[in-house]
Order: sequence, then structure tokens, then C-alpha cells
Amino acid sequence: MAKDGFLILEDGRTFRGEGFGSTGLALGEVVFNTAITGYQEILTDPSYAGQVVALTYPHVGNYGVNDDDVESRGIFLPALVVRSYEDFPSNWRATASLGQYLERHGVVGLSDIDTRALTRHIREAGAMRGAVAVGVYDEGDVLGQVLASPPMAGRDLVRDVTRDGAEVFAPAEDDARWRVAALDCGIKNNILRQLARRGVEVTVFPATATADEILAARADGLFISNGPGDPAALPYVVDIVKGFLGRVPIFGICLGHQILGLALGGRTYKLKFGHHGANHPVKNLKTGRVEITSQNHGFAVDASSLPAGVRVTHVNLNDDTVEGLRADDYAAMSLQYHPEAAPGPHDASYNFDVFLEMLERRTQKTFGF
Amino acid sequence: MPRRDDIETILVIGAGPIVIGQGCEFDYSGTQACKALAAEGYRVVLINSNPATIMTDPEYAAATYVEPLTLSAVAKVIEREKPDALLPTVGGQTALNLAVQLAEAGILRENGVRLIGANLAAIRTAEDRRLFRAAMVAEGLPVPRAAAVGTLEAARDVAAEMGLPLVIRPSFTLGGEGGAVAFNVPEFERAVARGLDASPMREVLIEESVLGWKEFELEVMRDLADNVVVICSIENVDAMGVHTGDSITVAPVQTLTDVEYQRLRDMAQAVIRRVGVETGGSNVQFAVNPEDGRVVVIEINPRVSRSSALASKATGFPIAKIAAQLAVGLTLDEIPNDITRETPACFEPTVDYVVVKVPRWNFEKFPGADDVLTTSMKSVGETMALGRTFVEALQKALRSLEAGYAGLDANASSGLDAELLRERLRVPNPDRIFYVKLALQRGWSEADVAQTTGIDPWFVHQINKLVELEGELGAFDLTSAPDELLRKAKRAGFGDGQLAGLWGVAEEDVRRRREGAGVVPVFKAVDTCAAEFEAYTPYYYSTYEEENEAPTGEGRAVVILGAGPNRIGQGIEFDYCCVHAAVALREVGYDVVMVNNNPETVSTDYDTSTRLYFEPLNLEEVLAVVAGERPEGVVVQFGGQTPLKLAGPLEAAGVSILGTSPDAIDLAEDRERFGRLLGELGIPRPEYGTAFSFEEAREAAARVGFPVLVRPSYVLGGRAMAICYDERALARYAAEAAEVSPEKPVLVDRFLEDAFEADVDAVADGEEVYIGAIMQHIEEAGIHSGDSAAVIPPYLIKDVHLETIRDYTRRLALALGVRGLINIQFAIKDDVVYVLEANPRASRTVPFVSKATGVPLAKVAARIIAGKTLAEQGLAGEGRAPGHFVKECVFPFDRFPGVDTVLGPEMKSTGEVMAGASTFGLAFGKAQLASGYHVPLRGTAFVSVNDNDKETVVPIARDLAALGFRLVATRGTAARLRREGLNVELVFKVNEGRPNVADKVVSGEIDLVINTPMGRESFYDDATVRRAARARGILVVTTLSAARATVEAVRVLRQNVATVQSLQEVHRGVPNK
Repeated sequence: MAKDGFLILEDGRTFRGEGFGSTGLALGEVVFNTAITGYQEILTDPSYAGQVVALTYPHVGNYGVNDDDVESRGIFLPALVVRSYEDFPSNWRATASLGQYLERHGVVGLSDIDTRALTRHIREAGAMRGAVAVGVYDEGDVLGQVLASPPMAGRDLVRDVTRDGAEVFAPAEDDARWRVAALDCGIKNNILRQLARRGVEVTVFPATATADEILAARADGLFISNGPGDPAALPYVVDIVKGFLGRVPIFGICLGHQILGLALGGRTYKLKFGHHGANHPVKNLKTGRVEITSQNHGFAVDASSLPAGVRVTHVNLNDDTVEGLRADDYAAMSLQYHPEAAPGPHDASYNFDVFLEMLERRTQKTFGF
Repeated sequence: MPRRDDIETILVIGAGPIVIGQGCEFDYSGTQACKALAAEGYRVVLINSNPATIMTDPEYAAATYVEPLTLSAVAKVIEREKPDALLPTVGGQTALNLAVQLAEAGILRENGVRLIGANLAAIRTAEDRRLFRAAMVAEGLPVPRAAAVGTLEAARDVAAEMGLPLVIRPSFTLGGEGGAVAFNVPEFERAVARGLDASPMREVLIEESVLGWKEFELEVMRDLADNVVVICSIENVDAMGVHTGDSITVAPVQTLTDVEYQRLRDMAQAVIRRVGVETGGSNVQFAVNPEDGRVVVIEINPRVSRSSALASKATGFPIAKIAAQLAVGLTLDEIPNDITRETPACFEPTVDYVVVKVPRWNFEKFPGADDVLTTSMKSVGETMALGRTFVEALQKALRSLEAGYAGLDANASSGLDAELLRERLRVPNPDRIFYVKLALQRGWSEADVAQTTGIDPWFVHQINKLVELEGELGAFDLTSAPDELLRKAKRAGFGDGQLAGLWGVAEEDVRRRREGAGVVPVFKAVDTCAAEFEAYTPYYYSTYEEENEAPTGEGRAVVILGAGPNRIGQGIEFDYCCVHAAVALREVGYDVVMVNNNPETVSTDYDTSTRLYFEPLNLEEVLAVVAGERPEGVVVQFGGQTPLKLAGPLEAAGVSILGTSPDAIDLAEDRERFGRLLGELGIPRPEYGTAFSFEEAREAAARVGFPVLVRPSYVLGGRAMAICYDERALARYAAEAAEVSPEKPVLVDRFLEDAFEADVDAVADGEEVYIGAIMQHIEEAGIHSGDSAAVIPPYLIKDVHLETIRDYTRRLALALGVRGLINIQFAIKDDVVYVLEANPRASRTVPFVSKATGVPLAKVAARIIAGKTLAEQGLAGEGRAPGHFVKECVFPFDRFPGVDTVLGPEMKSTGEVMAGASTFGLAFGKAQLASGYHVPLRGTAFVSVNDNDKETVVPIARDLAALGFRLVATRGTAARLRREGLNVELVFKVNEGRPNVADKVVSGEIDLVINTPMGRESFYDDATVRRAARARGILVVTTLSAARATVEAVRVLRQNVATVQSLQEVHRGVPNK
């Protein structure tokens, strides 16, 4: 076995393995994801920008990749780490192998490492910086680069993944019931699909858009997307959202949820190793029902920091972290997890309908731009 | 939602005897359920006829009824115990069907018993294929095209419209019994006829064939708050058309994208909601067309199942336990996850390993049985293995089978011609996975193999990786193989034995070379969460990775080796003993380390032992566990033959064996040594010889005298054992059944015809011997003890002989140096007591004896191993049974149409039932009812016996006549009975003309068959009659001992005095009225 690659963590722990996909050096915060299926969606989720993702399920690549299960225009994560890369895809929709896909996108893959040992290490020591190197690299050298790389806390990665210009996504039927403006902090396609399916026309703006640019869209509501990095490093987005509070209904997902939390006056903090997977139980405090959710975040909203008038609507049953917020006075809601799934269970997709109800109520009150 | 307070007493119905399609997974689930309900503070009442279950141990319920699982017995329990609720979802199809019957008979309503877990409507919707289809269609869920019919004519119309192939499934049967795939018209008609017979409602569903589609299963749980979670996804390696119980299966799903998997998940949720399973676990099966991804819903099991047991073991999530908690109103978010402690049970487990299950078949025991795998399950057990890759888990699972494989070996005969090979790939059979390998080795393309077998190309590719790796390994030898290659092979699951075979060296050499190179396994935990949270429940599997998670050498540990996969001859009884040993040793302060690989069992429940290793029971894996755990020793006497055969090699490797020493085991197993010992002790045994050639066998037979009992040395469950009455039969045996050679000697024993046989289970501590019980076989000598009904106390053995048996037992146990359990078999002929064999280990009858006497022998033995003498345990002398207890066996003949149902020295039963009563006859009658036979209270008895029996049958026939039975007999028997003045109708034998006795059986004119075997000449006659009778549930008695007991049973059952009594009452000495 040619051990031509390695993963090194900032504390020096090293795992040697075999490269697949592209060769090269990739730096990032090392996190693990516990979903069994959905590697293509994970790869194309812009929220993973700046993160080396290790998958805990050992066989990766089994069903190859296809043209449909794509969550954005590319792959933003720097490297993928697996226990056992499978180069032989078997699925009626497969168009290429995972290795070919990574190569095409210039992403480094590392296989044949003890991913469970890595996961346990991260669980105990917390998510940390690291690098995957496939090719001729010196460990000491690479470690130096890791230590010189920026930590995740304080990092604005939204600028790396957001669109250059606005783009309109219309529902399949001609008449859109609502128009929503979306701030693209790294938006996943399935959010757009979910909204379109419900008759929502979405105008997606770059996260750097100005309030005037957004106002010009005359939307019924504002959506703040998921995305990578530290929400506290995005005052420019938070300010935009603050400006819209109370003017239109607002819905935020993941990073969008954290941004809304900040806009409402709350604080965010970094979790030890975050939530990345497709099996997190979340309790809806209103209905008492538990939904199994798709999650991908390293930061969270501090419940104790929230001002009066902001309710926690959903909590994570594993660690009691905030999973959903609602500010009724502002008709604003947000979810830390991913109701659009992709990958993951569909239990939470009703939340899009909740947002639509919010739009409906507000529209009746002729409340808006 | 808190637990329900409106109920206090809950009735749990078990699954009854182990049969094909309903194995010990229901002991696992039932035990979990009883424990969980008791822990919630409910009073649990249990009924289950299977004594070899942990759940029927008296401590698991307030009242434990080891009684027949019949409507009338359950009704009696309900009347006595007045339960508030009935939990029907943890006892398999048996419990579900009984619940439906109880509801339909109005018994539940009359007694105010509510169904919990699944209501009647949900059970009906799930079980009745028409209702199920209608529900699916109404929900907008896709189903195969199908039609339900009640007659052959209607079936023909359907076939004409839909075209063959078609799937035929009878409604309301176990494990798809009676189901089949038909490719042509005769097959179709046969399958429909058989299906109609098998269905209690005479209905079959004829379905569009989704043959060759991919098969998936999701294990789903729902609570009263309508939370629905998927615990595990399972992909079948064998395509649709093979029953999932006969398929190699993999968890989690390997070849679906997230989009496709989530679609199944959405559908599974919709199915459980639509069917209306309010709480608990269900198994939903899907077929997916590999060409275009089209999905159809196949079925739902609204209860825990074999798959849910597998899913529990595969993920660490205890489905049955939680299902029981949900049934009493708790919600998933209120129940903590035992393994992580900090997170709730309301989540979906995720795994970071691959789980492979491989079925274990026993076709070799049923000559003439069709080994083609269909929608009707035929396997008798299974193994599960975990690995970090599919190939690693697959090879470990195959190694766990104990079918002679060290992994995916070159098992298939290499001389097979291409046509035959293609046939063996095309038609599903037990060895197909090996033929896949053979084809790939011969250079077939993966695509061709996938196309021919219907196995997904991904799995074929994985197997091809093994073929390529094996090729790579073959280019080296033990010394030249690079360390990295060795490591790669171990990571791919190659066993040391497999590598030894490849390189032509001893397994030990491979182990030494490997360990020298530092290629040693580590243990990873099964934690439900892929290491995201810390796990507290130590459940491990070995793999070749960097980091080890298992503790090393902490505490005072003992290792208990389990029994591996269920098979005929080694079933649930041994798991029962292992569990008892674990409990007893934990009680005295040991850390108990369990090693086993059978996912159906209680022993592999993560809280049975202190630590569980889910591993093959091979020297390699056991030594690895021992190296890590550094136990005080290994206990080998509870898991049957599997651990016993490891005793010597383990000891040779420096591992201390606790309890009876390997030398004592050898002393009992080696015929020559054992013979000498008996000689020294002055204990008679039948004359015997050992033959290394046919000539020697002939000489031995001549010396000991015909008839002789012949068998290969070291066999399990009487494999290839036969009774030969003359030299011709001996020659036939040597030619057909067993090779006789210097490598494979055959044992030749004098067969004690017409002897009484008895079994003794005893425990010894080196100084004293405690006799559990003496059991008398009800079947005659020559029938394997595992197939013979037995009774405690003995009913026809003279006191003087019982005294001799006690004396021999004591002296033999002490002379052998037994520390723990011993089972001795005796025969009594012409007032001489002979010892047939002694096994210094747990026996099949330990649970039966323990339940009859109230003394848990396996626990007693475990305590002896831990150093507590019998005296310290307050035991001396012999157990006392408060009443009469009968053990009866159940057979899988209904699964193997065309196979003769006659009993002999080769064991064929899959399980047993137990019944107790104040008289022997009543106990025997109840045992017959419990094992599924109808004991006729009146009607016509057919009597046909061999010449040896003609004298003895006379009083039996006279009794039957006195009881009002009409007698029908074949020529010889009729003549003899008429001579006694009995009124007997003469009937033709099958070959004498028509209408013959078989016609009479088929047309329902016979209610009882007494037919002792009459040698090869009338073999086909006898077989035809017995087969026809058994197919109709008519009691068939093949020995005169059983006939005598039957007569007594009829006599007492006619007085309608059958009562039910709990084990707790029995052992408190409450009289059974």
C-alpha cells in the first residue's frame, strides 16, 4: 500500500493514508460528519468552505456521483477524508466515480486512515486546524503551515462562496405566490428547490449586496442562507438584516439563523466540535414532536443572550443547544439545522410552510417594502 | 408522555418453540420486553411454551406460564391473571396470530384486555395482503401489481392476465412459509395449491414478480407522540426472490444515494403511519428496480422481528426494549440512550462499520430437500459480523458460520463445468457466494456475474477485490509476503486459517509471523453514534486499525465462549446456558466477557455480560480477545460443541480453561480412553469398535453383533448416523452416507434395540455430584436424544435401575474430574444399565431440567467454576420435580416438502416445547398440543407396525378400542390384532392398490397414525403416509413408547382437565388441579 498522503492536526497528531482525487496540500479546520449517505451533497455544500471533512461512515464512493445531487456550483471544502474510498460506483444515476469528481474540482481526497480514531480525537480535543497532504510533503513543513493558518473563530468565509451577482429562481408554475429576497452566504440549491416547490420566486443576492439593492427587488420576505465560517465575522450581513427586522418576514437557516440571532441582539459561540450529520434529534417546543435533522454547524446561538421577545422554538435533544428562534414582533424565524435536508431526513421540511404562513399573515396586513 | 397508569398487569405472549422462520430472536426481544416492563413497574405475565428461553426464567415475570400457545391455554391464563393489557408484538408471528384469534373470539373484550403496541386493525392491515395493498394505494405508495385468490381456478385467471413469473404468498404464515416463485404453469399450480394449504385462511396473493430487483429493509420505530425514527437500513445482497432470512444482508444500505435512501425513509414513515402501528418497531421492506430506481413497498411486519434483532445488534439500539417502553406510553425523547447515557433514544443510530449477516442452513440433515432458495425461508440460524469494510465483515461472518470456512474460501468445487457454474449462479442456493468467487477466479467479468446472479455489481466488485488480493497473496509465501500485504489481507478480513491454506502452512505459523510483524487487531466499540459521543456500553468488534478502544486487563475477568449460529443440534439451549453462566459469574463479582456471533441471542445483548465481543468463535479471534482482556480464564462448557473444540487449542496456547479440564473433556470424548475408564469403573457400555476401512467396519459389526449404530467420529447432532440391521445396510451406509478411511474413521456400536433410554443432567464440583434430573426418552432407543420426547420423572424405569443410573452418574462425573455440567446418556436393556455416552458440558436439556425442578443448573455450574462448592450452594442429592414434565420436539419438515419425516439417530428437530401437569398423560398431551399436533380425542386410529412391535402394540390397540377409537390397520398388523379379538378394518398399503391408507389420510378419515418403521422395503409407503398426515397436523407416532403415552393423553384430555399453572406456583408447591 502506497501511503502517499497524510492528515496532520495542529496538535501534531498525524494519520497516514492513501490519496485519491487531486493531489496537493489542503488546509482547513478538521471536522467529522456522521451521515451514512450524502457525500455528494456534503461536498457541494458551501458551508464546508475552509473545513477538511472526515466522514465517519467507512465506505465512501459506493454510488459514485451524478448530475442531480448537487447543492451549489462547485466544491468549496478543501479536502475529504475517508476510511475506505470505493472507486467502483454502482447506481443507475451514477455518471462518474467520486475520485474523478474530486479530481475535476481539484479537491484532495485521503483514504485508508483510522477515521474513528480521528473522530474520537476531535471529540475529545475539539475541532482544530489541520492539513491533508497528498504528494511529496514534509510533515514538519506542513505542520508549520497549519499553525500559521487562520483559526475558524473570527473567519469570514462567506465572501469566498457567495455569488457575484443577483440571480432569480422562479417556481415551475408561472405565477409565483410570493417573492423572497435571499442573502447568499453559501446557499444550498435544495433551499431554492424547496421554496420554488411552494410557489416562491427567490431573488438571490450576494451577501455583500446593499440594502438598496435588496429593496429594489420588492420582495415579500427575506431569507438568510446557510454558509461557512464565524457569524461574528459578518457585521455587514448582520447590519443588513437588522435593517429589515420588522419590515418583512425573515427566515434564516444555519448561518442565517446565527446572523438573525446576532441581528436580534444575541451572541454566538463556537461549539467544541459542532454538529455535522443527519441524525440529530430536535424537539419542536410548540408541538412536542421530535424531528430527525440534518445539521452542519460549528457555531451556535447562546440562548441566554437573547433579548425579550425572542423565543427559542427548537432545541437539540443531544446537548440542549438552540435549534430554532422566533421573534414574533418582527415576524422573524430561524433554524440552526437544515429543513431542506440534502443530505438527510425530510422531517423538518414543514418549516418552509411555517415561513409561508408567516408571509401570508404579513401580506394580509399589507406589511412590507 | 409519562407511562400509562391505567394498566397494571401486562400479558406478554412468546413465540413458542424454535422453528425455521422463528428463531431465538424472539427470546432476545421477549426478554428485553419483560425486563423493560417490569422495570417500569408493571406486573408481567408471560406465556411461552419454549423452556429453552431466558424469558421463561421465573425471574423475568411475575407469573410465567410454560404452556401451549393455543387459544384455549392463553384464554385460561387470561382468566386466571386478569391482565389489563396484552403486548403481542414481541413474540413473532405466533403471538400476533394468537392476539388476532383472542380478539376475534371475544376473549380480550370479555376480560377487559387491551392490545398495546399494535391494535387489531393495524395487525390486520399489515397481515392481510389485500388490506395492506389497499392501504398503500390509498396512501399513494407504490406496490407491485397483485391479486388475492382463494381457489386454483381464480389463480389461473390471474396468471393468464399477468404472465409468469409470478410470486405466490400465502396469507398469515411464518417466515413466508408456503411462498414460492413460479416460472412455469406446473410450478405455478403446485405453488398455489401448497400456498392455499399453508394459509390458515386458504388465501394466497399472486404478485407481479419483482425478481432480480434490489431488496431493502428499514427498521422503523414510532411512539404515541407520532415520532418516527429509522433505526437501521438493511440491503440484501441476494436480489428479490430470496427470503430475507435466507439472504446475505448488509447494514447499512450500500448502494443508494441519499436522495434514494431518504425516499425509502419517507415511505417507511408513511407505511407505519398508514398501517396504524401506534407504537413500537416495524420492519418495512422495499424492492428497487436497479435499472431505473422504481420503488415498490413489499410489506411491513408490525412487530419486532429477526431483522429488528439484527438491527439492534448492528447498531446497539435495543429495539424490543424500547418498543415495550413505547407500548406503555413513554415517548422516544423520554427514554435515554443506554449507550451514550447523555443523549435520548429519540434519534437515528449511525454506524461507522459495516455489518454482514450470513444465514446458516442444515440441508445436509434432510436428504432429498431442495436447496434452492426461494421466498420460503429454509435457513436455521445466522451469524453476524462487523468490520470496517464490507469484505472484512463478510469474511468474518463466513468464518463465524462454523461450516468449515476460514473466510470466503475456495469452497465451490473447482471442477464444475461452465454450464453448471452458470446454473449455480443463476439459481439461488446456499453456496452461491462461493460460486461467485469461483466464476471471478475463472475470469468471468464482474458484469456477467452480476447479471447472472442479480447481485448488485458493487458487491460483485468487492468480492473480486478479494479474488485479486488472494491472487496477490498467492504470489508469495509465509516468509516472503511483505508485512504491508499481510496487513492488507487482514484488513480485508482474511483469517489466519485462510492464509495458512493459501500458503500451505499451519495456522499457528501465520499467527506467529503476523504478530511478529505487529499486524494485530484492535477493538472498536459499537456505540450508536459513530464516536460522536462517549459510549458507556462496551460492545466491541475486532478490526485492523490504529487505535484500540477495548480495556486491557482491567478487573477480574472471565471469558465465556458462546455457541455461534443456531443449527440443528446446537440451538438456543446453549445460549440459555451461556446467559446463565454470565449472570451467575457477574453475581460473584467477575467481569464477564462474552464472545459470540449470533445476532438472534440474549447472550449478544449488550447488557447480558460486562463486555461483549461480537466475533467469530475461532482460535484466532478468541486469542485476540484473551490477549486484550487478560482474563483469569476461559469458560468453554456452556456453548455446546463450538467452544469445547477450542478448549485444547486454547490450553495449548497457554490460556487457562476454567471448569472441567480439556483433558477431562478429551477423556470423555475419546472412545478408547472413555472405554477404558468405564471398564475401570465397572460400568457397562454397548460393545463398540472403530473402523478405518469398510472391511474393519464389517469385522467390528460382526464382533459387536447386528444391529449396529454407525457414525463418523466427532459429529454433532448425530450427523450421518445410522442404524444398520445387516451387512448389506452397512455396505450401503459406507457407500452413500459416510466415507470410511484412515483419515475418517467410523464408529461402530452395538445398537441396543428396544432398550429404554434416559438422559441425566448433573453438576459436579470435584467432590460431590448433584443430579438435576433423570429424563426418560419417550421415543425408543435409536432416536437421537435431541429428537426424542422426554419425561421427568421417568415413568417406566424400575427403581433399581434408577438407583444404578444415579450411582453411575456420580462415579463417572467424579472419575472424569468434572467441574460443572455433565450430561450422560443411558440405555436399559434386559435389566442391564448401559452408559452410551457422557458429555462434560451443558446439554440441550439443561433448561428443561432447570425449569422442571426449579434449580438453575447452568448457574450452579458457573458458581462451581467460580470456586463455590455444591455444599456451599446448599445442593445435594437430586432435583425434585413437583409434577410431571414433558419435553417434546418440533421439526422443520413442513419447510422441506418431499423429505421423509421419520426419526432416527440423526437429529432433525429445531426446537422444543415443555408442558407440565399432575399426570404423565396430561403433560404428554399438552406437550403434543404445544408442539402443534392435534391430539384426537376420538375417531380413527391407523396402526401399522413392524414385526418386532406386533406383540407390544396389542395392549395399545386394545386401549384405543376401549376409548372408542375405530382401528384401521395394514395386513400384518390387522391380522395380529384380529387374533386378539379386536375389530380392525383392513386398509391397503400405498403399494397395494387404491384406495390405500394415504388416500384415507388425505380425505380426512384418519385421526391418529401409529406407524413404526418397517425397513427399507416399505420406506416409501411409510414416508408417504407420514408426510400426508403431518401436512394435515395429524399426530404421527413412530414408536410404541409414544403410542402408549398418547393413549394416556387421550384418556386424560377427554376428561377436559387440562389446567394452566405458572412456574412460580409450580415451584412454590401449589397443587396443580
